[in-house]
Amino acid sequence: MARAVTNNRKAINTGLAWLIGLLIFFPILWTFLTSFKTEAQAINDPPLFLFFDWTLENYAVVQERSDYLRFLWNSIIIAGGSTLLGIVIAVPAAWSMAFVPSRRTKDVLLWMLSTKMLPAVGVLYPIYLLFIQLGLLDTRIGLTIVLMLINLPIIVWMLYTYFREIPAEILEAARMDGASLREEILYVLTPMAVPGIASTILLNFILAWNEAFWTLNLTAANAAPLTAFIASYSSPEGLFYAKLSAASTMAIAPILILGWFSQKQLVRGLTFGAVK
Amino acid sequence: MEYTARTLLGAAALSLLASTAFAETLTIATVNNGDMIRMQGLTDDFTEKTGHEVEWVTLEENVLRQRVTTDITTKGGAFDIMTIGMYETPIWGKNGWLVPLDGLSADYDVDDLLPAMRAGLSHDGTLFAAPFYGESSMIMYRTDLMEKAGLEMPDAPTWQFIREAAAAMTDRDNDINGICLRGKAGWGEGGAFITVTGNSFGARWFDEDWNAQFDQPEWAEALNFFIDMMKESGPAGYATNGFNENLSLFQQGRCGMWIDATVAASFVTNPSDSTVADKVGFALAPNSEGVDKRSNWLWAWALAIPAGTQKADAAKEFIEWATSKGYIELVAENEGWANVPPGARTSLYENPNYKDIPFAKMTLQSILAADPNNPTVKPVPYVGIQFVAIPEFAGIGTEVSQEFSAAYAGQQSVEEALAKAQALTNDAMEAAGYR
Repeated sequence: MARAVTNNRKAINTGLAWLIGLLIFFPILWTFLTSFKTEAQAINDPPLFLFFDWTLENYAVVQERSDYLRFLWNSIIIAGGSTLLGIVIAVPAAWSMAFVPSRRTKDVLLWMLSTKMLPAVGVLYPIYLLFIQLGLLDTRIGLTIVLMLINLPIIVWMLYTYFREIPAEILEAARMDGASLREEILYVLTPMAVPGIASTILLNFILAWNEAFWTLNLTAANAAPLTAFIASYSSPEGLFYAKLSAASTMAIAPILILGWFSQKQLVRGLTFGAVK
Repeated sequence: MEYTARTLLGAAALSLLASTAFAETLTIATVNNGDMIRMQGLTDDFTEKTGHEVEWVTLEENVLRQRVTTDITTKGGAFDIMTIGMYETPIWGKNGWLVPLDGLSADYDVDDLLPAMRAGLSHDGTLFAAPFYGESSMIMYRTDLMEKAGLEMPDAPTWQFIREAAAAMTDRDNDINGICLRGKAGWGEGGAFITVTGNSFGARWFDEDWNAQFDQPEWAEALNFFIDMMKESGPAGYATNGFNENLSLFQQGRCGMWIDATVAASFVTNPSDSTVADKVGFALAPNSEGVDKRSNWLWAWALAIPAGTQKADAAKEFIEWATSKGYIELVAENEGWANVPPGARTSLYENPNYKDIPFAKMTLQSILAADPNNPTVKPVPYVGIQFVAIPEFAGIGTEVSQEFSAAYAGQQSVEEALAKAQALTNDAMEAAGYR
C-alpha cells in the first residue's frame, strides 16, 4: 500500500515537473515554431501551432541581411573572456573567504552582492564616459571587463558556497605536506571543487551571453554581440515577428546546445551541498 | 606614345591613391523598418560612387533612441550618422550637438524638401537633419464594411461621423471592431495619438506661460469621447494596443477603421501580408465638429551628423546620396514605386509614376495639413504636433500617457487621470524652471 502511494506520488511529481518544464520552455518552443512561418502566419488568429507550410525564408533573409558569424564570434569572445577572467579573480577571493575568514568576511560578501542591487542604467553615463576616456567604447576587451565585473559577485558567492563544503582539514594536510598556497589552490582545492567551478563557469557564461543592457549600450559596429543582432530585428512599427524569431533562434541555439550537453554538470554543480 | 601611356598610368595611380586616402568607413545608427533595411541593401551604389564604406548599426526604435542620446550627450563619437526624429532634431540642433546641413550641392535641391519636413528638422532656419522619409496619420478603412453599413466616408470626416460609422461597422459576433486605435502607454505610442486627438478637440498641453492645461474642458471632452467610442466599437484590451497590435488586427480583417501612421498604408494594401488588401480606403484624420484642426501628426525619420564625428564630410556625402531624388529613382528601379521612401520630397508627388499609388494623394494631403508651429487651435509656446519639442517631454509625455492608459483600462476615472496629469506636468515643468 505504502509502495503504491509512493508510486502515485512519483507519477504526480513527474507529471508536475514535466508541466512546469514545458511551461518554462514554451516561449522558446513558440519562438522556434514562429521562425518557420511567414509574417502573415506569425500573427494568425487563432495561432498556428504545427500545421502550416514550414518555410526557411526567414533564415535566408536574416543570413542575407546580417553578418551572423561576426555577432556570434563577438558573443563567444565576450562571454567566454569575461567568465574566465572572473574565475581567475574569484577563485583566490573565494578561497580566502572560505578558509581564512576574518570578522568582516560576511560584510564583504554582502557588500559585493549589494552592487547587484543598483539598476544598471544608474551608472550608464559614468561608465560610458570612462569608456570614451580609455578608448574602450565598442571594443570586445571593454565589454569583457564590464561583464566580468558585473558577474564577479555571483561567481565569488557561488565558489564561496562550494568551497565551504570542502573540509578545511584536507587543505591543512596539504600544507603540512609542504604544499605552497598556489599548489594548495591549484592541485588540491580546484580538483575537489571541479563540479562547482564547472557549474559556475556555465552559469556565468549563460549570464554573459544573455546580457543585453551593456552589450547594447557600449557597442556599435565592431564589438556588438548576438543581443544586438536580435535587437536589429525588433520594431514597434512593422510586423517582423517571424524574422525576429529566426534571429532569436539563431542567437540562442549555441547556448542551448551548450546547456544540453553540459546539463549533468550544471545540475550537479547547482545542487552541490544542497542535501546534507 | 610611351610618354602619354606613362602619364596616364601615373594619373591613374595618383587618383587611386587619392581615393584610398580619402575613403572612409562610416558607422550609421538606424532603426529597423522596411525603408531603412532597403537602404542598407542599396549601399553598394553609394560605395561605388564615393569609395566610402558603410557599417550599419540597426536597433529597435526605443533602444536606438537611448543609445544615440547617450552617445551624443557624452560626445562619444561612436556614430558618424544617426537616424533621429522630429522630436530630437530641433533640441539637439539648438544644443550644438549636430553638424548643420548647410552647403548642400545644387543637385541635391534642398528646396524640393516638403516645407513641413524642412521646418520640423530645422532650428532657427538651419537644417540639422535631412528627411529620409516622412509620415503623417490618416484614416484607413474597409470599403466593403463601410458600404455594408450604408455609409460613405467623406474625404475629411469629423469625429462624430467616425463614431457613428464605427458603431455601424461593429459586428461582435464576427469579431469585427468598428475602430482600432492606439491606447498603449508611451509618449510615441498612445501618448502621440491622444495628443493629436486632443488637438482636434481644441485642447493643448500648455498655455503661453507653460502652465499645464489638463484641467481645461477640452481635454475632458476629448478623453471621454475617445473612451466612450472605444467601449462601443473598439477591440477588447485596446489600452495595451500600439501600432503593431492594430496593424495585426486590421490585416486580419478585424477592424472597420484604423487611424494611424501613413506608412501603414503600404502594409495594409500588401496582398502577401494583408487579408483585406483590396478593400482599403483612405481619408484625412478627423476633427471634432466646429474645431478647425485635424488630428493628424507629422513625423520624419531623418539622417543627422553628430558633432563628435571626425568624418563629417563623408557623412554629408552619404546623407546627400540617401535623401536625394536619385536615391528615390534607384529604389523605384529596384523595388518599384510603391516602395520608395515617402513624404520627404515635393517632386515625388509630382512624378506621374507615383500618382498611381493608391495612398499617395492622401499621404501628401495629410502631411500638408500638419503644422508643427500651430498644432492646435489656441496659441502654444512649443513646436510639435504629437509631442512638445522640449527635452523634458519624453519623461512627462510617458507619465501622462500611463495615467490615460490606466483610465482606458478602467483602473481610474477620466477626472482622476486628468488631475494626476495636471499635477505631474506642472511639478515637472516647475522643477525644470519653465514656471
